[in-house]
Amino acid sequence: MASIPEAIRLQNVVFGYDPRRPVLRVDEMVVHAGRRVFLYGPSGCGKTTLLGIMTGILQPQQGTVTVLGRELTKMSMSARDRHRGSEIGYIFQSFNLIPYLTVRQNVELPCQVHERRRKHILASTVAEEAERLVRRLALEKHLDRSVKELSTGQQQRVAIARAVIGRPSLVIADEPTSSLDSDRQRAFLDLLFEVCDEARATLVFVSHDRSLMREFDEQLALSEISQVCA
Amino acid sequence: MTILRLAFQSLWSRKFTSGLTIFSIALSVMLLVGVDRIRRGTQVGFEGTLSQTDLVVGARGGSLPLLLYAVFHIGTANNEISWGSYQHFAHHPAVLWTIPLSMGDSHRGFRVVATDDSFYEHYRYRGDHGIQLDQGTRAEGIFDAVLGSAVAQQLHYHLGQKIVLSHGLEGSFLKHTADPYTVVGILARTATPVDRAIYITLWGDEAMHLGWQNGAPPLQAIPESQIQKSDLQIRTISAFLLRTRSRIGTLFLQREINTYKPEPLTAIIPAMTLEDLWNVLSAADIALSLVSGAVLVVGLLVMLTALYTSLNERRREIAILRTIGLNARQVFTLFILESSLISAVGAACGLAAVYVILFAIRIPVENNYGIPLAMVGLSSRVGYYMACVVGAGALLGFIPAIRAYRNALVDGLNAG
Repeated sequence: MASIPEAIRLQNVVFGYDPRRPVLRVDEMVVHAGRRVFLYGPSGCGKTTLLGIMTGILQPQQGTVTVLGRELTKMSMSARDRHRGSEIGYIFQSFNLIPYLTVRQNVELPCQVHERRRKHILASTVAEEAERLVRRLALEKHLDRSVKELSTGQQQRVAIARAVIGRPSLVIADEPTSSLDSDRQRAFLDLLFEVCDEARATLVFVSHDRSLMREFDEQLALSEISQVCA
Repeated sequence: MTILRLAFQSLWSRKFTSGLTIFSIALSVMLLVGVDRIRRGTQVGFEGTLSQTDLVVGARGGSLPLLLYAVFHIGTANNEISWGSYQHFAHHPAVLWTIPLSMGDSHRGFRVVATDDSFYEHYRYRGDHGIQLDQGTRAEGIFDAVLGSAVAQQLHYHLGQKIVLSHGLEGSFLKHTADPYTVVGILARTATPVDRAIYITLWGDEAMHLGWQNGAPPLQAIPESQIQKSDLQIRTISAFLLRTRSRIGTLFLQREINTYKPEPLTAIIPAMTLEDLWNVLSAADIALSLVSGAVLVVGLLVMLTALYTSLNERRREIAILRTIGLNARQVFTLFILESSLISAVGAACGLAAVYVILFAIRIPVENNYGIPLAMVGLSSRVGYYMACVVGAGALLGFIPAIRAYRNALVDGLNAG
């Protein structure tokens, strides 16, 4: 195990929106590179807070956070923003898309903001890469349509395309299937695994629904990681 | 670049509200700039109507009415100047030239101005533009008439046409039917009140009123063919324009005319009297500008409301932008760009509307009200207005932008 590089390491992290009342206390948490990790936690247990720390949007009061070899706790806020945009793909539970952009424009957005994402595309141009991914997710009919015309399931698939374009090293999905019915959950998960493998990205999948747990390489329970919750 | 495109698309997606906001700003800019441009256009128009004339002389009375009726054909003269007094000053050593003007008759709403050759020789407008004949000749004979270009155009008159003049202004039932005049010339367009008058000779003016007693026509009209110049004697005129040989002479001469013993006269310097007119009107101008300024504030507040109320529904959008790596400063920039774009587009539309309207109304205004309205370019005042509007728009944009910035930091990924 020691030979596999670490994608995420949290060490002695304490965080509270109010510094006197910590909502998260993690002694150690490690996610190895290239793994599919299921992070389980009931609602209201600080899952989104933990994700905020891993992406560098929130800065803990104590401890060190190392993501993809960079120590976030030592970086400036704008450096963390850059790091997040170029190395991490993120999928929300729902409403993942900018409503006034088309499917294509939503998918291309990370490449327009970050050069690293632009450089790591598989096709020769960003437009072709967006087309490839959208076709891969069976949405090619909707490529130049407004995202408002799409169903929830279709919108979540567009969110996958946006998260993996330009092959980020880490993909974080925050309850992405909770707005889908169980048939579609399976299909969604399969697609997510496929494109993450293609991009060779580490996947951190957060859910309160343990039925999906078996599909993953590794399972982590937030109640065991964070002492506040336990 | 990406942020500018996002701002464009965000506004475009809210076409209706953005459009309304832009419209309200455009409307207020149009009012603000329009008031200024029309004021300036009128000033330039009025100032351009008469040039190189040092003094306008009429019977004793107010200087503004004198200027208005003698030059702009607005209002009427209440007294006449005797031909003798005119001759006295026409041959005064300090005087370079004079143009006699006799008014009081009209033809279908257009003023009839009796004058002599000196009008065609010396009258100048907008710097050094002189009177040009488009067709025909000057009025020389007693019953000759020359039309201003607008008169010819509106009444569809041509050379050789017989016209009948009426006594007094429009609506008068006293017509000089016995003495039809013949159109012998049509003047080239000047875009001044000159276009809206009919010019006859001083002899013609006297002939029209030959045999009249105390403003009433003779019982039996004298036939046209029997009237000869030798029968006529010019007794009075309404006013005259005058140019002195030297600038310094102007002030001395003005004083001499104003204190002329044989007859009470008033001499005015046209530019100074116009200045008085603008001073009178400036209160109205300020009031209008204040109202348009208030409308502008309302327009900008409409924008603020539109942007601010959309903030809540845009929290999710901000969170998405944050996850793809935009920092809070860039989110701030996005909102500032939106308000700046709205106010800049609104200001540009308003300015364009001013010129479209100015272009459309100047001819009708000139024709219907006799107010010369010049097309004027941009001024530093307009530039200042525009800068204020865009600046205020961007500045007001700070309010939603700061909220968005705070949302970006506080909400993090939590917005839902």
